[in-house]
Amino acid sequence: MTTERVDSFISAVGATATVHTSTVDHFIETVTDVITEPAIGTAIGLDGVSLDNTPVETDLTPATLAEARTGVTPAAYALTEYGSLAIPTDSDGTELVSLYTSRHVAVLPASQIVPDMKAAYERFADSFSMDSAPEQDEIPTTQVFATGPSATADMGTLVQGVHGPDEVQIILVEDR
Amino acid sequence: MSSEKDGRTSTERREAMAARLQAVMEQDGESIGRITRTANQLSAYAYDQFDATEQLRTEGRTIKEDAIEKLPSLLDQVHEAVESNGGTVHLASSAEDANRIIREIMAGEDAETLVKSKSMTTEELAVNEALETAGYDVFETDLGEFVIQLADEKPSHLIGPAMHKSSDDIAELFNETYGLTGEDALSGNPHELTAFAREKVGERIRQADVGMTGANFVVAETGTLMLVTNEGNARKTAVTPPTHIAVAGIEKLVPSITDLQPFTELIARAGTGQDLTSYISLLTPPVETPIPDFEENTLRPATDREFHLILVDNGRMAMREDEQLRETLYCIRCGACSNSCANFQKMGGHAFGGKTYTGGIGTGWEAGVYGTDSAADMGDLCTGCSRCVPRCPVKIDIPWINTVVRDRLNRGRDPETFDLLVDGLTPDEEPTGLDPQKRLFGNIERLATLGSYAPRLSNAAITSQPGRWVLSKFFGVDPDRTLPTLATESLREWYGARGPQVTDPARDVVLYPDLYTEYFNPARGKAAVAVLEALNCRVYIPPVPESGRAPLSQGMVETATVQAEAVNSALISQLDRGRDVVVIEPSDLAMFRGEYERLLPAASFSRLAENSYEILEFVSALLTEGESIDALAMAGEPSAVGTDRGEESTTIAYHSHCQQRTLGLESPTTDVLTKAGYTVRTSSVECCGMAGSFGYKQEYAGVSQAVGEQLADDLGDGAGELIVASGTSCQEQLGWLYDRKVPHPVEVLAPASTGRM
Repeated sequence: MTTERVDSFISAVGATATVHTSTVDHFIETVTDVITEPAIGTAIGLDGVSLDNTPVETDLTPATLAEARTGVTPAAYALTEYGSLAIPTDSDGTELVSLYTSRHVAVLPASQIVPDMKAAYERFADSFSMDSAPEQDEIPTTQVFATGPSATADMGTLVQGVHGPDEVQIILVEDR
Repeated sequence: MSSEKDGRTSTERREAMAARLQAVMEQDGESIGRITRTANQLSAYAYDQFDATEQLRTEGRTIKEDAIEKLPSLLDQVHEAVESNGGTVHLASSAEDANRIIREIMAGEDAETLVKSKSMTTEELAVNEALETAGYDVFETDLGEFVIQLADEKPSHLIGPAMHKSSDDIAELFNETYGLTGEDALSGNPHELTAFAREKVGERIRQADVGMTGANFVVAETGTLMLVTNEGNARKTAVTPPTHIAVAGIEKLVPSITDLQPFTELIARAGTGQDLTSYISLLTPPVETPIPDFEENTLRPATDREFHLILVDNGRMAMREDEQLRETLYCIRCGACSNSCANFQKMGGHAFGGKTYTGGIGTGWEAGVYGTDSAADMGDLCTGCSRCVPRCPVKIDIPWINTVVRDRLNRGRDPETFDLLVDGLTPDEEPTGLDPQKRLFGNIERLATLGSYAPRLSNAAITSQPGRWVLSKFFGVDPDRTLPTLATESLREWYGARGPQVTDPARDVVLYPDLYTEYFNPARGKAAVAVLEALNCRVYIPPVPESGRAPLSQGMVETATVQAEAVNSALISQLDRGRDVVVIEPSDLAMFRGEYERLLPAASFSRLAENSYEILEFVSALLTEGESIDALAMAGEPSAVGTDRGEESTTIAYHSHCQQRTLGLESPTTDVLTKAGYTVRTSSVECCGMAGSFGYKQEYAGVSQAVGEQLADDLGDGAGELIVASGTSCQEQLGWLYDRKVPHPVEVLAPASTGRM
């Protein structure tokens, strides 16, 4: 069932992003392959998955943000139907890193793929009802459904890469 | 005669309007046309490919109806939610009020510069002007808005503000504004232009003191804002400066988070034809993102960020109380009604627009926010073709809103323009100040009836030099167009003499003698009789009045109501006898199945709507029930059309009527023609541009012709083909464009043997 969901997700992503399947053990290798330096990242928050020992800088400042060509962040979950990622907002600055860099690399646990928009909103709605339980606090009440790179048609034709990234890469961690 | 307050005669006003529309078409038309037509096609495809389109449109409509109904309690709820999250809520009653609040926030934060992401509501409030007057710097960050701001123009489209500008126009604007010459000068390459604009705008965002966004939706329960974007500028605007102000109309409130789902899935499909936009931001301020201070190279804690939500009334509460304008508040501002509008495609929002809002739904917004007069110059550009209706994600009856505003404008018109001649000729239920042109076209039935007593004389008057001068001078009929001429024998006169010619009929049916078939083009009616009789129907053609379509198209709602009631009375006994009503003119069937819901008691409406059929829809059903297509004229066989119209051809280029397509009734015609052995091509343009009287009006004839030429481009030269259309107007327009008779499909199918009639 999970494999099926992963396969449908990859097919829905299509040309909007590149998906790299990986595992906890191979994460460092995968991330190193996928980034272009300088890279900046925020805490991934998955057991056994860290940006330590990778070329990704984790000391976020406006200067490192402005210089970075790649931004690595977690994706809280994803939607099969649209190939979209739910990018969480956190005090680490995931929103800034996913937005200000020209290549966004999102790390997605394979277990966190929901089928459709309805399920995605139910999941987002849950983050509010859990407000009362502090241990669940990491589920943010601010997030972005991101599908592919930023784009505009205001200059006469479709152009990808405007204020946000011009390419998106997804590292799918199969065993998380 | 009819001199208005500005001292111009009505002819001068019509000429000025025609010249203005022509100028906008030339200036903006090409770019607007290319982009709106593409978006419209992509949107049609996206709706079609998505299984849940209709289900979500219904859900979205219900959510909006419910939200507007309980708006006062949602306002209380969102106030509490945002403030308990740590933000501040302001309720602004008017534009002045909103701008005062914004200036106070700016002063309170000691701010100098503000960056904005795209928001029509802030356009409505003229926030930029208010802030600039107070000495603040305001920078737009959406690339389209950035272009508009540099050019000091108004948005030409709800979601594509600079849609009227080509990439070459934009290059020229940037080069001029930034003094780029020689090697530095930008070409019209969109990638280069985007990169240049991104740098300029990016710098402004990094340095700004305050970021202002709109909101596509605001969730009352949680205080969550939804922003639907592609560029990413709204995301940056919300989190980069230390203060975030969100400005939203109060109609943007929805009760709960899960209410956002249908809109999320529909808004881009409707507006741009994307499945989703690149970003759907769901912000529940205060957000946890730290504040990047690029000058000091520090990240300030998120707790330093201020959040203000300004909820704007500015006429909306009054719209909520207004039974007719209330529906406008359901609008989610996707722009689909503009993209699917044949007139809008030709000129864009600088002509089809008011102070702020553009396109079909813009009429409702202008009337609600600024008052009815603000919609005066745009409402008549809606021809009621209804192609926007199936595209609206919340099912707003946009043509009806335009009709209502037109009716209000008629009533508000200065009664000094009272015109005894015209008023005496055409007594109706409308106010005395009604424009003579509207009165002429709204009362076309009375004129046709009067004229039909002496058709040759009337025709001579219409087509003569002095007659055309009178029509142009007093009624604003374009001198290049010839009004249709009356037939020497009406359909009912012919049928009365002929009588039914069918032995052992399987069923009895009523053929509705619509005004045009009855008085101007009985050939369509005769062909319909022949086809119905060939399929074993006994036909009745009772006297039934004009449907009310003509007065309604002029905004004469009272007169249309009287007509609807008369039609219903005339048909009741027929329906009592179990006879189906067959209708040739699609715009009249659209009245029976559509507008009559607003004009008649519910039971009368549903009875008539359920028992009326478009002629080819009826034929298609008869064939399904076992009647044989062989009884009709097959491709290549002699038909009522006659050889001079190319009846030997077996290929048909078919333009279905706009309202017919909205009713989902294009396919019965193409199916039957295909069964009869024809190869059928159909047009993909939304409307022929004639739209009843629209194309005859002096001020709109140019637009109508331009829209018609679009249709001709689409259909091709028609060589060796039959060109066929279902609507009277479409037949007229195509006849004019191709300089040949354009028959109704039923004429193609009518066996010649039953009498060249």
